[in-house]
Amino acid sequence: MTTAPLGLTKAPAPGLANPVHDAQCIFKAAMNALARPGTLQTLHVTNLTAPHPLPRTMAALALALLDYDTPVYLDTPLAKSRDVVDYLRFHTGAPVVDMQADAAFALISTPEKMPPLSGFNVGTDEYPDRSTTLIMAAETLTNEAGPLLSGPGIKTTTQLNAAPLAPGFWHQMSANQTLYPLGVDVLFASVDQIAGLPRSTTISLKEA
Amino acid sequence: MYVAVKGGEKAIRNAHKLMERDRRGDRTVPELELKQIAEQLYLSVSRVMSEGSLYDLELAALAIKQARGDLIEAIFLLRAYRTTLPRFGYSEPIDTAAMLVRRRISATYKDLPGGQLLGPTYDYTHRLLDFKLAADGELPEPEKGAYDPDADIPRVTDLLNAEGMMEPDPETPQDAEIGDLTREPLAFPADRDVRLQNLARGDEGFLLALGYSTQRGFGGSHPFAGEIRHGEVEVEFFVEELGFAVPLGTMTVTECQMINQFKGSTVAPPQFTRGYGLAPGQSERKVMSMALVDRALRCRELGEEATAPAQDEEFVLSHSDNVQATGFVEHLKLPHYVDFQAELELVRRMNKDWHSKEANTAQAEEAAQ
Amino acid sequence: MSADTQTSLSPELETRRAAMALLANAPEETLKAAWDALDTPPAHTVIRQPETGLVMVRGRAGGTGAPFNLCEATVTRCVVALDTGETGFGQSLGRSKAKALYSAIFDALLQTKDWSEYVETHVLQPLNTATQAAEHQTREEVAATKVDFFTMVRGD
Repeated sequence: MTTAPLGLTKAPAPGLANPVHDAQCIFKAAMNALARPGTLQTLHVTNLTAPHPLPRTMAALALALLDYDTPVYLDTPLAKSRDVVDYLRFHTGAPVVDMQADAAFALISTPEKMPPLSGFNVGTDEYPDRSTTLIMAAETLTNEAGPLLSGPGIKTTTQLNAAPLAPGFWHQMSANQTLYPLGVDVLFASVDQIAGLPRSTTISLKEA
Repeated sequence: MYVAVKGGEKAIRNAHKLMERDRRGDRTVPELELKQIAEQLYLSVSRVMSEGSLYDLELAALAIKQARGDLIEAIFLLRAYRTTLPRFGYSEPIDTAAMLVRRRISATYKDLPGGQLLGPTYDYTHRLLDFKLAADGELPEPEKGAYDPDADIPRVTDLLNAEGMMEPDPETPQDAEIGDLTREPLAFPADRDVRLQNLARGDEGFLLALGYSTQRGFGGSHPFAGEIRHGEVEVEFFVEELGFAVPLGTMTVTECQMINQFKGSTVAPPQFTRGYGLAPGQSERKVMSMALVDRALRCRELGEEATAPAQDEEFVLSHSDNVQATGFVEHLKLPHYVDFQAELELVRRMNKDWHSKEANTAQAEEAAQ
Repeated sequence: MSADTQTSLSPELETRRAAMALLANAPEETLKAAWDALDTPPAHTVIRQPETGLVMVRGRAGGTGAPFNLCEATVTRCVVALDTGETGFGQSLGRSKAKALYSAIFDALLQTKDWSEYVETHVLQPLNTATQAAEHQTREEVAATKVDFFTMVRGD
């Protein structure tokens, strides 16, 4: 856990301009994304400046969802950036952890290089909610192609195409579904949209 | 199993309106302001802050007003409100030795450094109704006395400690995890940190009765009020970005150090042992009761046999929280129609069986005669 | 994360800490009046908007023993940056967002050459005088209730 004083050599970029209202809007989008898996929810956060290499939409989700009680795992490019770590620590107070299994949230800026999903926390039988929620950057996020999704919150089936992704990602996500009620949940974040992929969603790898 | 009901929205809405009207009472009487509650009903506010486990005078006053003076309901409101706020972190432990003392008494030493400071208290008055208060009485100006600005007010327990007659405060490792009931549910056996947090949030009446029971011999511990002090302490919060603990302002607390005779056990020599009480605001009865119960619950650690209710950790800690207690007791008011129908069927059947058995036995007896 | 790391603060930080104590205990109206009195309010950016949250207040068993969690307290905090680069932190018990903002600005100004003397004279010194006076009054009133009990000899 990073607990050393930040020492703030320079002021971090400002957080949400209107913390309560903005965070509620972002939370609502995240909630809808997970309640209706695969649907694209638009985030209006163009006025937020996030430090490189943290994408703005991911920063918005982080500011809305992270707090003092939610240990966060950062993938290598994010963890290496002092600006990103300072920004997140300053605005959310969330402890940054090295172990994926300790994380309540994980911010993945380069999904093509991410560690296997199985390393993250899937919760316990007593508290399945104490699992990791992954927030993953997506350059492409559409319903045009990708695996077929079905399950709670999806009327028939839908498709979700997120890219780039690690080669085995969809297989890992499919294995994650079999752990239900345990398992991780995923939020994809493109430049202005987000989509949810909760543990309850069944993934059919045969493309439609 | 509880089966929910639907409907009744209109009746509920109307009941709320009626309640709001009744809360306001006679409109020719001026409405209560929060400041009035916070200033003039400070001991109620203290209790709500202590058991609501949230230090904020204005919110406690609002809760009391909204609950029409029902303090347990007000405590419930405060507990519910706190869940809407983010947690910034934990303060540095407050230093009660550095308190700006408003009251400080000891029942064990007559003359002690810093003196006996009665402060504002009812303790030495006759409990007679003061009708002057009913008719805008005149307000006396408090007297002023001289004080030594450099004099310390040391803890009585430290004085006894210097003589070796007081058990030392048990040492704990610097980075030991400190239990937090707002984060982790209660589990047994519970360590003293969790027990103290539970008692600090606990119902004053429940703790008072338990403390009283120890005095009457149920787990007797020969208590003396070593010291009670009340006043303001500074709260400090470590700000990571700054690298030092910053002052957040002062809060008012009441503290009780109970001193108990201890005849020794296989693990400790005969000496005095401690029970501790601490609560926000001014609440002497609460901290004294808390200290008595804290001492009783230390039986395991001191090698005493647990025989009395106040020494039964699971019993005490599981039933001290009045929000939980009131929730479970008062939920009985909610519709249980389905459960009751099921139970009614069952009892009818058993009742019928019993009667038919009775009749059979009577017939058999008649036949035998 | 503990105060152990701050056994000896530099004189500058000690001054800053003392100022924060005065600002934290100050009434919101006093700080607002001090802010309104500035002829040319310094340009600043709010980095962390004033927000209200909870700090879990800790006590110690027996006053000196192991820490435990006593109760939460509402706290409001804010961070600003002056256009000249200094960051200021404001935080205090309670839910006053204005107070957190003014405190943060005064904390930032205290670190500048141009403003530190002004803040010291016009904001902190009056607060210090008021705090001292209130404390003196409390101690005088309490001193008047100091008692000497006589122990009566029992028996015989």
